[in-house]
Amino acid sequence: MAQLGKIARRSFLVGSVAILGGTAFGAWLVARPAENPLRAPAGGAALTPFVLITADGVTLITPRAEMGQGTQTTLAALLAEELDLDWQDIRIDHGPAARAYFNAALLAEALPTRGYNTGDTLHALGEYMGQFGKLLDAQVTGGSTAMKDAFEKYRLAGATAREALKAAAAQRWGLEPAQLRTESGHVIAPDGTRLPYSALAAEAAQQPLHTPALRPASAWRYLGKAMPRLDMVAKCTGTAQYGIDIRPKGLRFAALKTNPNRSPMRSFDASAALAMPGVEHVIDLGQGVAVVASSTWAAMQALDHIHCDWAPAPYPPNSADIMAEIAKAFDLPANSTLRDDGDGAQLPSGATQISAEYQLPYLAHATMEPMNATALYTGQSLTVWAGNQAPMFTKKACAAEAGLPEQAVDIITPYLGGGFGRRGELDFSVFATRLAKALPGTPVQLTWPRAQDMRNDFYRPAAIARMTGAVAGGRAVQLDAQVAAQSTSQQGLKRWLGLTPAGPDKGHVDGLFNAPYAIANHRVRGYLAPLDVPVGFWRSVGASFNAFFQECFIDELAHAAGRDPLEFRIDMMQAEFPQGAQVLQALRQYSNWASPLPPGQARGVAFCYSFGSAVAQVVELRQDQAGIAITRVTIVADLGLVLDPQIARNQLIGGCLQGLSAAMGEEITFAGGAAQQENFDSYILMRHAAAPDVEVHLLENLPRLGGVGEPGLPPAAPALANALFALTGQRLRQLPLSKQVAFAGT
Amino acid sequence: MPSTIVINGETHQLDLPDDMPLLWVLRDALGKTGTKYGCGIGSCGACTVHIEGQAVRACQVALADVWGPVTTIEGLGTPTAPHPVQTAWIKHQVAQCGYCQPGQIMQAAALLAETPRPSREQINSAMQGNLCRCATYPKIRAAILDAANSTGG
Ligand code: FES
Ligand code: FES
Repeated sequence: MAQLGKIARRSFLVGSVAILGGTAFGAWLVARPAENPLRAPAGGAALTPFVLITADGVTLITPRAEMGQGTQTTLAALLAEELDLDWQDIRIDHGPAARAYFNAALLAEALPTRGYNTGDTLHALGEYMGQFGKLLDAQVTGGSTAMKDAFEKYRLAGATAREALKAAAAQRWGLEPAQLRTESGHVIAPDGTRLPYSALAAEAAQQPLHTPALRPASAWRYLGKAMPRLDMVAKCTGTAQYGIDIRPKGLRFAALKTNPNRSPMRSFDASAALAMPGVEHVIDLGQGVAVVASSTWAAMQALDHIHCDWAPAPYPPNSADIMAEIAKAFDLPANSTLRDDGDGAQLPSGATQISAEYQLPYLAHATMEPMNATALYTGQSLTVWAGNQAPMFTKKACAAEAGLPEQAVDIITPYLGGGFGRRGELDFSVFATRLAKALPGTPVQLTWPRAQDMRNDFYRPAAIARMTGAVAGGRAVQLDAQVAAQSTSQQGLKRWLGLTPAGPDKGHVDGLFNAPYAIANHRVRGYLAPLDVPVGFWRSVGASFNAFFQECFIDELAHAAGRDPLEFRIDMMQAEFPQGAQVLQALRQYSNWASPLPPGQARGVAFCYSFGSAVAQVVELRQDQAGIAITRVTIVADLGLVLDPQIARNQLIGGCLQGLSAAMGEEITFAGGAAQQENFDSYILMRHAAAPDVEVHLLENLPRLGGVGEPGLPPAAPALANALFALTGQRLRQLPLSKQVAFAGT
Repeated sequence: MPSTIVINGETHQLDLPDDMPLLWVLRDALGKTGTKYGCGIGSCGACTVHIEGQAVRACQVALADVWGPVTTIEGLGTPTAPHPVQTAWIKHQVAQCGYCQPGQIMQAAALLAETPRPSREQINSAMQGNLCRCATYPKIRAAILDAANSTGG
């Protein structure tokens, strides 16, 4: 990491090489090239924004946040596959915040298409982008999009750099580039003469850049294989540096508390705190206070001695009233009707109709590394070290806070101790900037005490669904789904872009409107609750609640139809989404679905198409003395193309278990305006003993590359609830389940 | 009060408050950042270190109460000379975000030192205080079982 830090961090605005990776998205990017943010030192070369070559070797730029999903390893594999680097020689750096690293696939995801049945959604991208110039700053890690965005772009960047190196060697040797080959970071002449890339960098930088043909999948050495993660050794030896581990010389430590009612602070009294040992400054943040001290601990201790007068919450103070407000949204005009097949309102004659209402709570991100950022302001420049998922938005916000031009702001993104959407927010970077500005020349690290992290999160919204459906002849003939919740997109985009997008909110009904079942009369309406509880993107976003509604209700319909719930799903998916039906068929086999279980044991199934991938899960339960144990989970996922099977499996397992964790024990409730959960003794995460072993099977039938960080999560909760129904005969329509049943291992 | 503690075999003379938790002594006073802050109330295990070989939560041990030599993740093994538990972790590619893993590894190393051949139940109960938000639990179990077999117990 250090190498690029020294070379390029301070000089990333200069550069003239047009982005070459952009050809994946056709003429649009060619017409509007983003500048290369890298500047190589004398004798080096920045061959595309993704490949930096200096005298000491090659550094690959992997400008997506590494928050555990293995993204930087696979991005490096995409580059190295064409650039011919040996795995052990690969060095990576997150690189600077820059438009060259914007995430086109994230924007494509925003198009209101069902996804599974769409042609090439990217065709529409150019037009869409034109309307939102600000989205060019979307160097965002989220939406399970990193690989969709990178798959062609990064291989092209690697190939382009390779060809430039070959052209440079050809010139030196008086040969044709076509006579040369590359291997292990060297260009090799027909007579076996070898030159390392580093020796050719300066000449390669002078070569005109071409866009070569990409290698066929049959020639891949890294892609499709389980590669050792580039961050693994560091993360197992305590040497990986997270935002909270940044230790610039002269660092002071700070902690903060802000109004848990998410309102301004009226006044505060810090006299006692200022007299405490180690305390250096108390800084007014408007919504709260920060203490700067000789250690994080001294700062946290002092916070307890500052009395703050908080303004009341801008939303109803208690959970019951908040939920009642959400329910009222059903009486407002629908924000979206993104599915309206047949006549969703009409009960087909002769059919049996059922209705059910479901309710899910607010959830915290609860990343293991609490929010934090470190900043140094000099008067002319600002450096912010922040584990963040949106460096360009962070840079803009910090520049504005510091009153500096964006060119004077440097955003450094170390490892993230979990993100799940929370680190796409800007609050921690902006507050750290505010402290740094108050203490010019002194680097300050601002850490959220856990209670602050949990009570001042941007929560996964609570949601209510009203589902009506009907069955006839063993099939669903009607499904009328309505969901009410706060809009994550409206709040999230407002914080990023300062604008609230109008029109249908796709994320709000994701997993519901695009549930790939053929039901003749099928309507899906989304209602936005106009509430100001802070909400944000949480792993799998709308699908995290909608899959629960959809898949629990499909199970109820199967039961009403007297059908096996897995067969029922396959029947209705076959014509609408054959690859989805194949996923379910494979799951039937791998989970031994058809083999009966002894008494006291049961299975449940659920499916969800989200983020371009089709994932189905079977959860198996056993009633033990100590409670209900999850004994086994089987996952089948169609990801279109598996770039790294081990990373994909781990992401699916992590998503699934996080979904189970939420379903079993997680909930944020409000009393007196503030979240009642402050730490892991009251916000209950899954622990070792409750975690089942999970078996994953991967398919590659879908025509396009799907996401993997999020799609493992949505089916987990409904599969568990459906298994509980099979075990107990009881339909549990509210989460968390631990309020209603006792689980073993908790 | 000036105090002397031994960390990873090295003696440190410190002039810090007696009640400062070992976690913050390590992280903020000594710059040993491998030991992590997660909750500060003994509820997550991210801060786990060894004192005289015993796994303890560094956020719950005041400096004045440190009763013996301390080993942190940095002292357990290194990238070039990892401890067998770290080797198993790397082989099984356990870490996701990795933030909890120093604590998980310290807890697992203490478990194996005491119970060289733990059962699944013994693993679960010894590790129950170590949270992993990325839910690497199944991989952690596999790595511990593997480390138990390879160290021969
Ligand atoms: S920080 Fe010590 S147990 Fe969580
Ligand atoms: S690996 Fe992320 S918290 Fe455990």
